[in-house]
Amino acid sequence: MSAVTRKHRDGRRRAGLFSGKTGSILRVVFSLAITFFGLLLVTFLIGRVLPIDPVLAAVGDHASQSTYDRVREEMGLNLPLWQQFFIYISNVLTGDFGTSVLTSNPVLEDIKRVFPATLELATIATLIGVILGIPAGVFAAINKGKWPDHVVRVIGLAGYSMPIFWLGLMGLLVFYMKLDWVAGPGRLDAFYVDFIEPTTGLMLVDTLIEGDMDLFWNAVSHIILPASILAYFSLAYIARMTRSFMLEQLSQEYILTARVKGISEHRIIWRHALGNVMVPLVTVIALSYANLLEGSVLTEIIFAWPGLGLYITNSLLNADMNAVLGGTVVVGAVFISVNMLSDLLYRFLDPRARR
Amino acid sequence: MTTETLLTVQDLEVTFNTPKGKVHAVRGVSFDLGRERLGIVGESGSGKSQTGRAILGLTAANGSISASKMKFHDVDLANLTPKQWRKVRGARISMIMQDPKYSLNPVMTIGNQIIEAYREHHKVNTKEARHRAIEMLEAVKIRDPQRVFDSYPHEVSGGMGQRVMIAMMLIPDPELIIADEPTSALDVTVQLQVMAILDDLVRDRGMALIFISHDLHLVSSFCDRVLVMYQGLVVEELRASELHNAKHPYTKGLLNCLPKMNGNHDDLPILEREASWAEG
Repeated sequence: MSAVTRKHRDGRRRAGLFSGKTGSILRVVFSLAITFFGLLLVTFLIGRVLPIDPVLAAVGDHASQSTYDRVREEMGLNLPLWQQFFIYISNVLTGDFGTSVLTSNPVLEDIKRVFPATLELATIATLIGVILGIPAGVFAAINKGKWPDHVVRVIGLAGYSMPIFWLGLMGLLVFYMKLDWVAGPGRLDAFYVDFIEPTTGLMLVDTLIEGDMDLFWNAVSHIILPASILAYFSLAYIARMTRSFMLEQLSQEYILTARVKGISEHRIIWRHALGNVMVPLVTVIALSYANLLEGSVLTEIIFAWPGLGLYITNSLLNADMNAVLGGTVVVGAVFISVNMLSDLLYRFLDPRARR
Repeated sequence: MTTETLLTVQDLEVTFNTPKGKVHAVRGVSFDLGRERLGIVGESGSGKSQTGRAILGLTAANGSISASKMKFHDVDLANLTPKQWRKVRGARISMIMQDPKYSLNPVMTIGNQIIEAYREHHKVNTKEARHRAIEMLEAVKIRDPQRVFDSYPHEVSGGMGQRVMIAMMLIPDPELIIADEPTSALDVTVQLQVMAILDDLVRDRGMALIFISHDLHLVSSFCDRVLVMYQGLVVEELRASELHNAKHPYTKGLLNCLPKMNGNHDDLPILEREASWAEG
């Protein structure tokens, strides 16, 4: 809630700085650049502060002092800090995050491989969460205090309180092992894995590009369970917020106006009230989407899903700093873009914010 | 002016269930309405607005309405299904709300909100509806109707917003308009303007008007007849032209509270209430 109201106020306050259409684009670009700069500064400082010696990691424990010094100079670590920072920024901007010690690939290559897996999972999960969560919230609000409301609330509460690893394991046990309705861990059956050319890295899209429906349905059957389990959490959150936003809007005067006009209850709820509910809800959905895009480590581990969360966690456990920092920059950049997207959507949905 | 009876209300009661117990908002209000302009006057909480809402069946969910008779033409307003209500609301009885800042949907264009009111009751295409809406905006004396049509409510002033409200509620051509404090939220300077526009349209189209207000003066200058309400009861009913002949002490008290141009400017009398006024 507080994030929503804060956002609202910010939007108004900033309006004075740059105004007009070009001004508003400028403002978005400017605030993006500032935020990204801050993100780089933080990751850079973390990299310098951590008690892991990148030189030692490269040369090994048994290198001589002269080798150590030479490598240190090659890595630019003897330069003043501000110069190092500029080198770091220009490296990041050209897509150079260094090489991962763990996989010995450039970090960017690794991320290009793992991020689409997370993106695909998070997007499907959010779609399910939105498609089921909004109607559930609306349904609960218009039946406030009656049994549909209680059902939605209990389901929501369960979604909040059940640990995801348990839910994931139970899901696999029931739907994969016992019922055999869905495929097991991984993004495709092991048999199929080498068949597919990673054009976009999104399995559902790639299989469609190849036009192989068997592969496509195999990918669907693999993603549906982990996506549903992640979706359950965002559904619970979205439904709860929709319910409270909806109750707030239904008590507004313009709803009474619509009733006076003789408009159907259906249209009042889905057009008038929901039109206003969507304004704060966009921020809620964007936040939950951004959270999923960071990668959900537990889900990715249980379902052997080669995503960003798994990659960053593995790198962290192996003190692979280039990979961790690269991953952090990517997560931060994703967060910033999702926020910007929700800002634009917000402006699209609320004419009062278009100034 | 009373040639035919449009609306008959007998023993209207509106009760609300609140956490603090039952609240009797309207206690046995009765009146007949022809094609005339009826004013309902009273202070906050006198039940005047709830009387208006009850006629449209729009009492809040925690309230209940009962009346021994509530008839609009041949329609029995006391027993309508939601579907039947939708045929009455907007098309036959409409209501102008108090504050355009809250009573217009902030995320829909003004044009779409007016068109929606019209198309709910008239089967026409979008182009025709748009044409009618622009005409209606002209009728409420909006100078730049095309621009206002495409504007959002926050982009127009309060006086303009209330004209939009009038346009929206009059466009389906209802027979009865309930105006619930239509000018209270407006600047004093535009109050009379807006009221005059509403009055003109109501006369031109031969509509009946129920004008709900706390402003006895305003009501008496725009209405034929006035009901004075106090704590859910009608304490006096009189012709607007005979306001000075009011008999009930509450009405007299209200009239006394109005400052007079050539009167004593030092202090205004305070209304002294008597418990007996609230006893039916």
